[in-house]
Amino acid sequence: MSTTPIQEHFYPDTKLSPDVLIRLHELMLRSRLLEERLIRMQKQGDGYFWIGGPGEEAFNVSLGLLVDKGRGPAHDYLHLHYRSSATMVAMGIDPADAMRQMKNTATDPYSGGRNFVNHYSIPEWNVVPVSSPIEVQFSMAPGTALVQKRFGGRGITIVQGGDAGTAEGDFASCLIWSTRPGMELPVLMIVTNNEFGISTPAAEQHGEKRIADRGKAFGMQTAVVDGNDPETAYAAIKQAMDYVRTERRPFLLEAKVSRLYGHSSSSGANFVTGDVDCLARFEKRLEERGILSRAKMDELRVQETQALLEMSKRVRVEPQPKGPTIYDHVFAPTEVGGEARARQDAMCAVGKTAEINNKEQS
Amino acid sequence: MATMVQAIRMALHVGEERLGVTDVFGQDLGPPLGGVFTQSQGIKCSWNSPLDERGIIGCAIGLALAGARPVCEIQFCDYVYNIIDLLKLGGGMYWSSNGQWNLPLVMMTPVGSGIHGSIYHSHSFDATATHIPGWKIVMPSNPRDAYGLMLSAIADPNPVMFLAPKALLRAKALPGEEIPGEPDERALSKMIDAPLGDRSKWTPSWPATPDLFIPIGKASTVRPGRDVTCVTYGRMVPLCKKAADELASDGVDVEVIDLRTLIPYDWEHLKESISRTGRVLFVNEDTEVTNFGEHLLRRTVEELFYQLLAPPRLLAGAFVPGVGLADALDTASVPQKTEISSVLRELAGHQP
Repeated sequence: MSTTPIQEHFYPDTKLSPDVLIRLHELMLRSRLLEERLIRMQKQGDGYFWIGGPGEEAFNVSLGLLVDKGRGPAHDYLHLHYRSSATMVAMGIDPADAMRQMKNTATDPYSGGRNFVNHYSIPEWNVVPVSSPIEVQFSMAPGTALVQKRFGGRGITIVQGGDAGTAEGDFASCLIWSTRPGMELPVLMIVTNNEFGISTPAAEQHGEKRIADRGKAFGMQTAVVDGNDPETAYAAIKQAMDYVRTERRPFLLEAKVSRLYGHSSSSGANFVTGDVDCLARFEKRLEERGILSRAKMDELRVQETQALLEMSKRVRVEPQPKGPTIYDHVFAPTEVGGEARARQDAMCAVGKTAEINNKEQS
Repeated sequence: MATMVQAIRMALHVGEERLGVTDVFGQDLGPPLGGVFTQSQGIKCSWNSPLDERGIIGCAIGLALAGARPVCEIQFCDYVYNIIDLLKLGGGMYWSSNGQWNLPLVMMTPVGSGIHGSIYHSHSFDATATHIPGWKIVMPSNPRDAYGLMLSAIADPNPVMFLAPKALLRAKALPGEEIPGEPDERALSKMIDAPLGDRSKWTPSWPATPDLFIPIGKASTVRPGRDVTCVTYGRMVPLCKKAADELASDGVDVEVIDLRTLIPYDWEHLKESISRTGRVLFVNEDTEVTNFGEHLLRRTVEELFYQLLAPPRLLAGAFVPGVGLADALDTASVPQKTEISSVLRELAGHQP
């Protein structure tokens, strides 16, 4: 995959220090190995379904390193999708938590065993719940961005989806709501373009040459970047973020990425050839530049692999949620109308809890 | 005597002044119109959105996620159908995140027939709404309840649908349905109804707005009776009450219950009444197949079968694709008073 030309004035400097490159590599490797471990877990019966983002590490790790992490409108809001695991790894999640969600344990901190793997939800970091329906996050992003526009400061809303999802009306909603005259919103819209919608090639579905060009009709700054190159991606994301942070206006960034294990476990989750492997390419470059030796990188790979394997063994024996907990968290506690809430709880529980308990006992 | 739409407006005013409402928005909700039914006239935080239902509910969810407290509107419930997946997402946010993210938002939308709105301005939404878990659903039948339920909806930390029966929006309050302390009709109109023409310099003068919270999940007996229980909500409430009042002269004593909240519904209230009368009719105007009244009827049969003296009944809208424009088509599509009276009389006379 070749680097798509980008608007020159946005990326004057793509040079990163060796320390940052080494950090990028470490996180890309960890992200890749985590996804491969999750795939293995699913294939070994330690999970029902896998979907993730191996192939997007160069872009997503860069994004994660650049996020202003925290809670509330002063920090960045993240409306991510299920291919964003590398962003989360770069932000500092415990990889065991991703395994917990894969294994749908009660200890899964994102959904308590209720949702698919890589469906993150972390209020402390403004990571709003990832949704399985694609592109709905683009409808929600203007809401958090509107709060940030009023709040001021440098916090921005980052929303990310795939190329196929841009066919949904929610993508158009985000373009329209983010660019209303006088009400422009601090939204960084990201399209990771792997040129597939499940099994449908983009070439059959997209008339436009560059998805990013759709932003131009709304007067947005746009760019296309080689998302398989961490240095280019890092610089492009930083430039786009800086623009949104300071101008308080939206930016549409399209990143060309690979999809190395197909769409999901439904399509086999086997390594595909022919796509650029951003990690292998980056490792070759690091070796050529003398930043990391092959031996050092191999050693790191062995260490990380072993650590993830040990983690998965621990997660495997963690408890599953109990059936009656399906009635937990239907509604948040209400101060007004407390009596009515008690009746609702009673209504929900009629017969059901006893029935489930009986089933479990039998 | 406030109308329901004036009551909603006053509640939104309370919302932005005392309950932390940050945004009242939707198509045409901002100046100069203030809502196609005038429900947001004079509301300072109201604004016009793009004509984009998905964007409206999506933005409301985003606002709530970021700590704001929005009230959004879908202009007619007929246009809610293209946002069903977002309603599922919003209703499921607290549950799917295992209690990490709650959404304090209100989605209001006018529902039902009775204004000759034809095929796309007459639908009901209660059956579909009650099939989307995680939302609380309220539906007032008079101005006082509209005011009190809107205050509770705004104060609730969960997503709440406020279904406004459009045929009742301009109906005046009957005695007992007033908001405490409200001015008389003419004075109130002068204070809070925007003038026709240039409104750029107009500001409302709000009357006293009490903290009248009508609890979500609590039904109300609008007419006590001993022979038959009639359970209804929204536009059908005054119709059922009128039918019941007329039947009283024939010695048929009907108890009319206004559900007011569809989810969570007040089963204990219904159970007490149905157990006492042994006869029940559920009335609403949504289409009859897979109707919310069917759920209530099922539960009645399952839990109260041996207390029943007659087969429980449901009167609902015809299962046809739309409500036609012509008067005869409109009235044939949804329950009317004569039909309600007839079934109530039948039930009262039924002997096991």
